[in-house]
Amino acid sequence: MSAGDDTLPRAADPGTSVLARLSCLIVQPVLTRVVRRVAKQHPSLFSRLGPHQGTDFVIDPVELPFALHLRPDPQALVFRAVARNAAPEAGATIRGKFMLLLELVDSEEDGDAAFFSRDLEVTGDTEAVVRLRNALDDVDGSIAEETAGMFGPAGRAILARLRRAYPT
Amino acid sequence: MSLAELICPAGTPAALRTAVDAGADAVYCGFQDATNARNFPGLNFTPDELAASVAYAHDKGTKVLLALNTYPPAGKVDLWRQAADTGALLGVDAFIVADMGVADYIARTHPGVRLHLSVQAAASSPEAIRYYCENFAVKRVVLPRILTIPEIREIRKEIPCEIETFIFGNHGLMVEGRCSLTNYLTGQSTNMDGVCSPASDVEYKRHTDDSMSSQLAGFTIDCFGADEKAGYPTICKGRYTAPHRSEPYYAFEVPISLNLSRLLPDLIDAGVHAFKIEGRQRSKSYVRGVVSAFRQAVDDIRAGREANIADLVALTEGQKQTQGAFETKKWR
Repeated sequence: MSAGDDTLPRAADPGTSVLARLSCLIVQPVLTRVVRRVAKQHPSLFSRLGPHQGTDFVIDPVELPFALHLRPDPQALVFRAVARNAAPEAGATIRGKFMLLLELVDSEEDGDAAFFSRDLEVTGDTEAVVRLRNALDDVDGSIAEETAGMFGPAGRAILARLRRAYPT
Repeated sequence: MSLAELICPAGTPAALRTAVDAGADAVYCGFQDATNARNFPGLNFTPDELAASVAYAHDKGTKVLLALNTYPPAGKVDLWRQAADTGALLGVDAFIVADMGVADYIARTHPGVRLHLSVQAAASSPEAIRYYCENFAVKRVVLPRILTIPEIREIRKEIPCEIETFIFGNHGLMVEGRCSLTNYLTGQSTNMDGVCSPASDVEYKRHTDDSMSSQLAGFTIDCFGADEKAGYPTICKGRYTAPHRSEPYYAFEVPISLNLSRLLPDLIDAGVHAFKIEGRQRSKSYVRGVVSAFRQAVDDIRAGREANIADLVALTEGQKQTQGAFETKKWR
């Protein structure tokens, strides 16, 4: 079969760029704390990533006004919110609904099954995505719960509310 | 009644603990190298991880089976021998092997550790299975997925070892251990390097009409419409055009998973000792869901109750399932 040359990245919506930039400013301090905490608690993650510690992952929760840029380099961790039209060139992109992505991080959902159902989309370096998936899957417990716990009862309440609001 | 052991996949230490906690009788796993047939990026165990995992499993009464089920290239057997030595030192309960040289080494060097014959050996006749039993003291054969249940029953009567059959998961080509399709496009071998469609050679592309194509080593092997379920990017499940066909078609096999949940009582009655769940490349979520469901089903059957197996279709490839050749030879 021929795939043709009609492949395109998802277009940024210029109408959301102001909202995107504002959202990024609000969530960025949280993301920084989260990634540092996760890296400290789960150092074994990095060995499974192997050569892809330096890969730029763009994680795109499709219904949110921004995407996430992750470079899991233990010496210079990057986890930041970016407007889609300002995202870096991605080594790999992972795209899906926010709650699905959260549940994949926590191994509450199976990545292959989400891919089979077309709820999850992967483009770019597939090996990088497979390594990231396997690294996260080897983490015991819930990264989402840990993250919520960083913000005390309010954080846990927000997570519970998010889960109720995003039935899967 | 046979033991009906549940043999469960473990791609990472966390998946192993998940399988043990979900009720596996045994877990199977591999090292982070070419000695096993799921040599995928970021998957599998270091020796230290395997040591801790064996301890965890044994504490809970679960066996650990180490997959050494690839074929060493000529003259390069050291990696397989070292893996066997390490596995024996760490106390694994059995080795799963395909290559006769590896089997011979283990039988002579570590006679106290059980040998299971991998599906990769493709031993499907009583004569072939007896050969492995007589020469390498193989204690169990994992049967290829080409046999009907009546055929399994007949084989059982003629061999001196236990039988293990797959009951759930990825459904590959039927002459396991002899697949050269990945090799054909990528230069890497499923059977020697342990890589089926290596991720480094896989690329997905989304098109303007929301269809998605999958490529291996630059060759497009399938294209899924916007609302169509997807499968793995393997050549054997690719969709191709041909001069005699008006539409692209699955020339070898459709993306589909094996699910024998309804046949468990028949398999037990035929003398199958152990049920294998495929999927070391899958997540803890898959392991938790599938192992729990089959644990309940097997326990129900052994207690004389009717098994009420959970619906697992969401975890199947292409969200389609089959009973394959176990049900009928007409299956293609």
